[in-house]
Amino acid sequence: MTPVVDAPPIEVRGLVKHYGDIVAVGGVDLTVLPGDVFGYLGPNGAGKTTALRMMLGLIRPTAGSVRLFGRDPQAGVAALQGVAGFVEAPRFYPYLTARRNLELCAALDGDGADARIDEVLDVVELRDRAKVRVGGYSHGMRQRLGIAAALLRRPRLLLLDEPATGLDPAGMRDMRLLVRRLADSGMTVLLSSHLLAEVEELCNRVGIVDHGLMAYEGTLEELRRAAGIGYRLRTTHDDRALAVCRRHPGLADVAVAAAGGIVFRTADEMAVAELSRALTDEGALVLELSPSHATLEDLFFALTEGDKAPGANGAAPRTPRPAAVAERAA
Amino acid sequence: MRPGILTVYRWELVKLRFQKRTYLGLGAAALAPTLFAVAVATSNGQPEDVALGRYIHDTGLAIPFVLLLFGSIWMFPLITALVAGDIVAAEDHNGTLKTILTRSVERGQVFAAKVLATATYAIAAIVLTGTVAVVAGSLVSGFDPLPTLSGTTISPGRGLVLLGGSLLVYLMPILAVAAIGLLFSTVFRNSAAAVVGTLMASLLLQLVGILPGLGGLRPYLLSTQFDAWQGLLRQPVDWAPVVRAAWVCALYAVPALGTALLVFLRRDVDGG
Repeated sequence: MTPVVDAPPIEVRGLVKHYGDIVAVGGVDLTVLPGDVFGYLGPNGAGKTTALRMMLGLIRPTAGSVRLFGRDPQAGVAALQGVAGFVEAPRFYPYLTARRNLELCAALDGDGADARIDEVLDVVELRDRAKVRVGGYSHGMRQRLGIAAALLRRPRLLLLDEPATGLDPAGMRDMRLLVRRLADSGMTVLLSSHLLAEVEELCNRVGIVDHGLMAYEGTLEELRRAAGIGYRLRTTHDDRALAVCRRHPGLADVAVAAAGGIVFRTADEMAVAELSRALTDEGALVLELSPSHATLEDLFFALTEGDKAPGANGAAPRTPRPAAVAERAA
Repeated sequence: MRPGILTVYRWELVKLRFQKRTYLGLGAAALAPTLFAVAVATSNGQPEDVALGRYIHDTGLAIPFVLLLFGSIWMFPLITALVAGDIVAAEDHNGTLKTILTRSVERGQVFAAKVLATATYAIAAIVLTGTVAVVAGSLVSGFDPLPTLSGTTISPGRGLVLLGGSLLVYLMPILAVAAIGLLFSTVFRNSAAAVVGTLMASLLLQLVGILPGLGGLRPYLLSTQFDAWQGLLRQPVDWAPVVRAAWVCALYAVPALGTALLVFLRRDVDGG
């Protein structure tokens, strides 16, 4: 199977997986570009792991296609050339030592991978525990060994499914640093996670899947821009201020905040400046007028919880419902 | 360069080398003839109703042949099933199928390596039993000429050659049992269910052979083929049961392996 020149590392189109009547993945489209650290987000049960398994050729799709550098993983392991990673927790033979597990992986990789065992053990800082049986490893050590096994393949594309799950705070920090380091070395990374802070810190692009369907795919900046900037306003007379805001041009989603004050969204900073003058003219003196950028968490919940209207989960990517974002951001 | 089947096979053997059940099976294969020899040394009795049973005090070479007869009921099927029923299911249990199937080997290569490793283990178990039985039997009853089933007597050297041939013939139903074990291991994805299922299938086939009115099926039962080696101990050699064992065993093994391969190639690896 010949790789397609300049094909993106991952190209998924209309990916569907049914288990009887259960729809695990309902129609995922996503493209991971070279150099991306792509955050693949979704609530538990959204079908992230099933989609990842299909990307690695472990599960046969009911419909749709996956291409890794232009090659179909269902057609054979040649499509996994330059691709590595793990889905759910990485698993090894518990009765073998970590080194022997890596030797096994390297033997099944070929291409001189066994010469890299010490190197990858150093990367994940497990060299001094390499002679211990994996059955005696902690969860965090197994996660790191999973990364080591992936790095043996010298991947250009790394797929990691919840790599920080189950780790203590120090382990999570180390895992983030490791992923950052790998990404900085030019590796394309798909990072499936429900840890939004982790994705926000590491990823340049995100795909958000909800109920087996893609709710959004793009950069974090585009997502924030689509959601607009939220503002929080407190005045000496909020009742008057609310009326001013509602008739003021350029403001949207004006609402009374649960914690007091008023929230609204706008993409036009001049509208905010003019609002401050209008408020003074009405005798509602400004106590606080502050912008609040929506966090990924805000946007995520707005996409996955804020819009449950029938048909909204269609194949076309959704934009976050601004009011939901504004409420959360405020 | 991508690895070939031999590389995967070598690592399947490494896995077997580090698993307790391998030593449990091989230990039983060595222990049974040892215990049998001890029983022969400490008693005057002998199994009169089985081939060569009456000669176990006359020559140690009779002991491995008698063991083959007794072992076919459940011992060898169980020893075989211990590994055959586990070799795929253990990957499901450990969640390691996803680990090896995302490397640079095709599913077909992995399956072929598992078949070869299972066969290697079965051969090792049979050879071990035969070797220990000859050594232990010779120690308690001597290394003397062996009477054949035709009433003639052959030299100990010729007896050893016939024992080797008999073990080879005996291996055919053993490998068929292994194929059934592999099928169950692949389909059930549960080691205990596959091991017990394989043993139950073997015992059921024996039961069918002794049920009244089903005598016509007997030549085509897997259990019957465990006796095919007796053709080698006749003079002249009776090849008919050996030839029949070859194709009857293939009738059991080939569909079992073919089905297991198809399931393994097409299955979703969604656990672990």
